[in-house]
Amino acid sequence: MGSQGGWGQSKEFLDLVKSIGEARSKAEEDRIILREIETLKRRIAEPDVPRRKMKEYLIRLVYVEMLGHDASFGYIHAVKMTHDDSLLLKRTGYLAVTLFLNEDHDLIILIVNTIQKDLRSDNYLVVCAALTAVCKLINEETIPAVLPQVVELLGHSKEAVRKKAVLALHRFYQRAPNSVSHLISNFRKRLCDNDPGVMGATLCPLFDLIKEDINSYKDLVVSFVSILKQVAERRLPKTYDYHQMPAPFIQIKLLKILALLGGGDKQASGHMYTVLGDIFRKVEASSNIGNAVLYECICCVSSIYPSPKLLETAVDATSRFLKSDSHNLKYMGIDALGRLIKINPDIAEEHQLAVIDCLEDPDDTLKRKTFELLYKMTKSSNVEVIVDRMIDYMISINDNHYKTEIASRCVELAEQFAPSNQWFIQTMNKVFEHAGDLVNVRVAHNLMRLIAEGFGEDDEGADSQLRSSAVDSYLHILGEPKLPSVFLQVICWVLGEYGTADGKYSASYILGKLCDVAEAHSTDDTVKAYTTSAIMKICAFEIAVGRKVELLPECQSLIDELSASHSTDLQQRAYELQALLGLDSQAVESVMPLDASCEDIEQIDKNLSFLDSFVIQSIEKGARPYIPENERSGMFNIGNFRSQYQHEASSHSLRFEAYELPKPSPPPTVAQVALPLPTTDLVQMPEQTYPRETHQAANLPSATHASSADFGVKLRLEGVQRKWGRPTYSSPSASSSSSTQKTANGATHLDGGGTASSQTRDSFYDSRRQQAEVSAEKQKLAASLFGASTVKSEKRQPSAHKTPKGISTSTEKPAVKGAISSSEPPKEKTLPSSPPPDLLDLGEPTPASIPSVDPFKQLEGLLGPTSAPSAIDHSSAAGPKAPDLMALYADAPPAGVSSGSLNPALADMYTVNKNSHETANVAAVKKGPNLQDSLQKDATARQVGVTPTGNNPNLFSDLLG
Amino acid sequence: MGIRFILLVNKQGQTRLAQYYEYLTLEERRALEGEIVRKCLARTDQQCSFVEHRNYKIVYRRYASLFFLVGVDNDENELAILEFIHLLVETMDRHFGNVCELDIMFHLEKAHFMLEEMVMNGCIVETSKTNILAPIQLMDKAS
Repeated sequence: MGSQGGWGQSKEFLDLVKSIGEARSKAEEDRIILREIETLKRRIAEPDVPRRKMKEYLIRLVYVEMLGHDASFGYIHAVKMTHDDSLLLKRTGYLAVTLFLNEDHDLIILIVNTIQKDLRSDNYLVVCAALTAVCKLINEETIPAVLPQVVELLGHSKEAVRKKAVLALHRFYQRAPNSVSHLISNFRKRLCDNDPGVMGATLCPLFDLIKEDINSYKDLVVSFVSILKQVAERRLPKTYDYHQMPAPFIQIKLLKILALLGGGDKQASGHMYTVLGDIFRKVEASSNIGNAVLYECICCVSSIYPSPKLLETAVDATSRFLKSDSHNLKYMGIDALGRLIKINPDIAEEHQLAVIDCLEDPDDTLKRKTFELLYKMTKSSNVEVIVDRMIDYMISINDNHYKTEIASRCVELAEQFAPSNQWFIQTMNKVFEHAGDLVNVRVAHNLMRLIAEGFGEDDEGADSQLRSSAVDSYLHILGEPKLPSVFLQVICWVLGEYGTADGKYSASYILGKLCDVAEAHSTDDTVKAYTTSAIMKICAFEIAVGRKVELLPECQSLIDELSASHSTDLQQRAYELQALLGLDSQAVESVMPLDASCEDIEQIDKNLSFLDSFVIQSIEKGARPYIPENERSGMFNIGNFRSQYQHEASSHSLRFEAYELPKPSPPPTVAQVALPLPTTDLVQMPEQTYPRETHQAANLPSATHASSADFGVKLRLEGVQRKWGRPTYSSPSASSSSSTQKTANGATHLDGGGTASSQTRDSFYDSRRQQAEVSAEKQKLAASLFGASTVKSEKRQPSAHKTPKGISTSTEKPAVKGAISSSEPPKEKTLPSSPPPDLLDLGEPTPASIPSVDPFKQLEGLLGPTSAPSAIDHSSAAGPKAPDLMALYADAPPAGVSSGSLNPALADMYTVNKNSHETANVAAVKKGPNLQDSLQKDATARQVGVTPTGNNPNLFSDLLG
Repeated sequence: MGIRFILLVNKQGQTRLAQYYEYLTLEERRALEGEIVRKCLARTDQQCSFVEHRNYKIVYRRYASLFFLVGVDNDENELAILEFIHLLVETMDRHFGNVCELDIMFHLEKAHFMLEEMVMNGCIVETSKTNILAPIQLMDKAS
C-alpha cells in the first residue's frame, strides 16, 4: 500500500515542502513563508477552487502558522472545509480549525452547527472526527449544544466512538465541571466497557475525578486492582503490548489512580499489595518501558499505606536506578528516593554517594532533581551544607525562574532549620545579594524582624552581638557595586536602628554611608525613603543622648533635594527630619526611643477620648453633634425631612476623602487629616492640633511612631510595626531556630568528628577495596549530608525519623562504595546503557517465548464464541466484585473484525494489512515489507527534486535508523 | 492535563510539527519553541532526556535529525513519556515504512491524525498501533 502520494499532492505543494525542508536558516524559512502567504492569499480567494486543491491550501496554511506566521486570512476556509462531504476533507478541515482557533474564537459559532450534524452521521468515522473537534473547540457556552448527543454516543456500537465520546465528556468536565456533574456516573459505566481502548481512555477522566474527590471512589479500588491484575497477566489484546510489556501505559495510569486511592487508607492499600508485588516481580527491568512501570510502582508504594515488604522491593528497585549508568534512570532514582524517604528517612543513607555523584554531575537536570531531594531531606544537622550548596548553585545559574525557586527554598530551609541567627543572617545576606529582586518581600520583613527581636529570649547580650554583626556585615556589603533594592531597604533599616547602637561606629560614619546609598540609588524612591528614615533615626538617637548633630554637607544636600522631590512621601520624610532636628532632646527621645521597633503600641485610644473636651466645647459653641455613619443612613430611610443635611453629610464625606490623600504639606494640615470625622470642616480651629499631638505622642511611646509631625511615615511604619511587633507572629521558625541553636551547633561539631572517624575507617578499608576515586571531600560531604549527626536532630523532629544508625552509617559507607564499584559493572551490561542503541534494538523485538502464546490468542480472537468459557474461568478467579474483564476483552478482537461487517472490503484490507505486519514482526524482518514503500518514496522525492544529496540529506534518514 | 504540547523539531531548530493541548497565541508559541529548542538541542546524548522549563518538564528524544519534544506537567512519568515518543515513531514507521523527516513533512495531516488518536485532552488515550492507524487506513482506502 503506497503511503506516499495517494492523497494527491500538487507540484506546488511538493516544492514548498522541499524548499522549507532545505532552508538553511530561520531567515530563509521566513522568506519562503512570506512568499507563500502572498501566493495563498491570491489563490485562496479565487472563485471555484476545487475542494482537493483547497485542502492542500489548508495544509499550506498549517505550515504558515506552524512556522510562526499569521494565517488568519484563511481561517474561514478551514471552517468551510468542515462542511465537506468527503471524510478526508472534513477531517482536514477540522484539523486545521483546531490548530488555528482556540475555543473562544468568533468563528467557532459557525462550526457548532456542523459538529451537531456530524455527530448524527451514519459514518462512524465522521462521528469520530466531530468528537475529536468537540474536544478542542467546544467552550463552556456551547457545551449544552452538543452535550445530549455526546451522552447518547457513549452507548454507540463502535468502540472508537464510545472512546471519543468519553473523552469529549472528559473535556467538558475539564472546562466546566458543573455542566456535566450529573453525568459523572457515565465514567464508572465506561470503565466496564468491553473494549479495552474505551476502558483505557476512561481512566483519564476517572483519574481527574479521583484527584478531586478521593473518597467517592473508594469502592472502585477492587475494580481497579482487578483490571490491573488482568492487564499485567496479559489478558488484553496483543496490540496493546509495547516492547513485550502488556499495555504499559494503561498499567501506569492504573498505578497512578491506585496511588491516589490508597493514600493513608490501610484497607484500600491492603487490596493493592498483591498486585503490586506481582508487577514488581514480572517487570522486565532491562527495558525503558519496564523501568517506567517500575518507577510508577515505586511511586504507588510510597504513597499508599506502607507495606514493609513492598517498600523493601521498592527500595531495591530505586537503588538499581541510582546505580545505573543511564542518566535517565538516575534521575528517576533520585525522584523515587525523594518519595521513599518520606516514609523512612534512613533509606537515603545507603545511597549517599550516588546522590552526591548526581549532585556534582554536570547535567543540570540531574542536579536540580538532586537539590529537590536534598530539600526534602533537610534537617537541622545538615541544613548548613545543603543551603550552602544551594546558594552556590543559585549564584551559578541565569534562569530567573529557577533562581527564584531555589532562593525561596533556601529561605524556607534557613527559616525552618537555622542553627544560629548569625548563620541565618549570613545566609539571608547571600540570598539577597544574588537574588534579592526575585525573593518575596516578606522574606525581607522576616529578616528585619529577626534582627530586631533577636532570640526572643532574655539574652540581651547575644541579641546585641547579633545586631552588631549584622551591622558589620552590612557596612561591608555596601561596598558591593550592585545590590538589589529589597536588600538595600533591609540594610538601611538595620543601619538606622542599630548602626550606632554598640558605639563602634560614629553617627557621622553611618550617616555618610546612608547618604552614599541614597546618592547611588537616586532613582529608587523606596530605597531613598528607607535611607531618609534611617538618617532620621540616627539623628534622633544622637540628639536623645545630648550630642549635637552636625549634618554632613552631603546629608544636608540630600535633605534639600528630597524636600523638593516629586514624591510626596520623600518630601514628607525630609520635612519631618528637618523638624526633628529642631526639637529638644526630651521630645526627640519620647518620639523616637532607642531600639523600640518591636515595642507594641499599647494604648491606642480608638475613642479619641482626648478630644472630648474639645467636642464639648464645640457643642457648647453651637456645633451640631456628631452622628455616627450607620445612624445617618438609617435616618435617610426613615424620612427625607433631613435630606438636606443628608446631602451635606455625603458631601462632607466626599471632601473628607479628598483631604485624606495628599500628604505633602508640613505638620499643621496633618492634624486635620488625623481627625477621622466628617465633622472636620465644622472645626475651624487649626491651633487645636498642637495639644492633641503632644497628647498622642505621650500616649504612644513607640520608636517607629516617630514625631507627631510624622503622619506619612507613621502610617508606613505602623505597618512594619504590626509585622514585627505582634508576639504571636513571631512564628515557629524563629523560636524553634532559637531553641535549637545550641544543640545544633553541638551537632555540627559532632559532625566533624563523625567525618573524621569515617575517614579513619575508610583508610582501614582502603587496604581491601580500591577506594581511590571517592575523594575524601565527597566522603565528607556525604557525612555532613547524611551523617552520624542525625541522632542530634532527632529530638527536634520527633515525627520525622526513627533512631538513625549513627556510627554504623559511617562504617557502612565504604562497604556501600565497594559494592558500587565491584558489583556494578556486570549489572550495567544487562541494562540499556543509553537511549540511542535502545531505539535500534527495540524496534520490534521478538521473544522466543511469546509466539507460542501469540497464535493461540489470535485464534481465540477469531473463534470468538469459544473463548467465552475460558473467559468465565478467568473472571471467576478475578474475584466476585470485579468487572468481568476477561470476558469483555476476549471478544475484543472479533469486535475489530465486526467493524468490517459494515464495510467488508475495508475490513479485509485492514486485517490483511494487520496480519502482514504481525508476520513481519514474528519473522523479525522489520524492513522487509517497506522496501517497496521506500522505493516509491524515493521516486516521488526525486520527482520533486528533493534528493539525498541535496541541501538537507537528513530529510531522508530513517527515524528508526 | 498531563501533556501540554508535542513538538517535532529538526536539528536546525525548524519546527516540523506542533500540537498544543492548551491554547497559546502565535507569539507565545514562537517564544516557547525558541526557548525550549535552544535548551534541548544544546544537550548531549549522555545527559538526561528531561529538561525542566518554567513550571513543567520537557521530555525529548532524538531520531536521526529529528527531535521529538513533549511538554508535560511535573507529576508525569518521564520514562513513560519517553516511551510514548517511541511508540509514536513506531506507529509512524508502521504506516509510512522507514519513516523519515520528509514523510512527516509531506503528510503533515496524517501525522496529526495519528496524534489525534493517541492523545486527547492532554492524556494518552490509545496505545494500540492497530487502533491508531485504523481510521487513517480507512481514509486512505476511501480516497
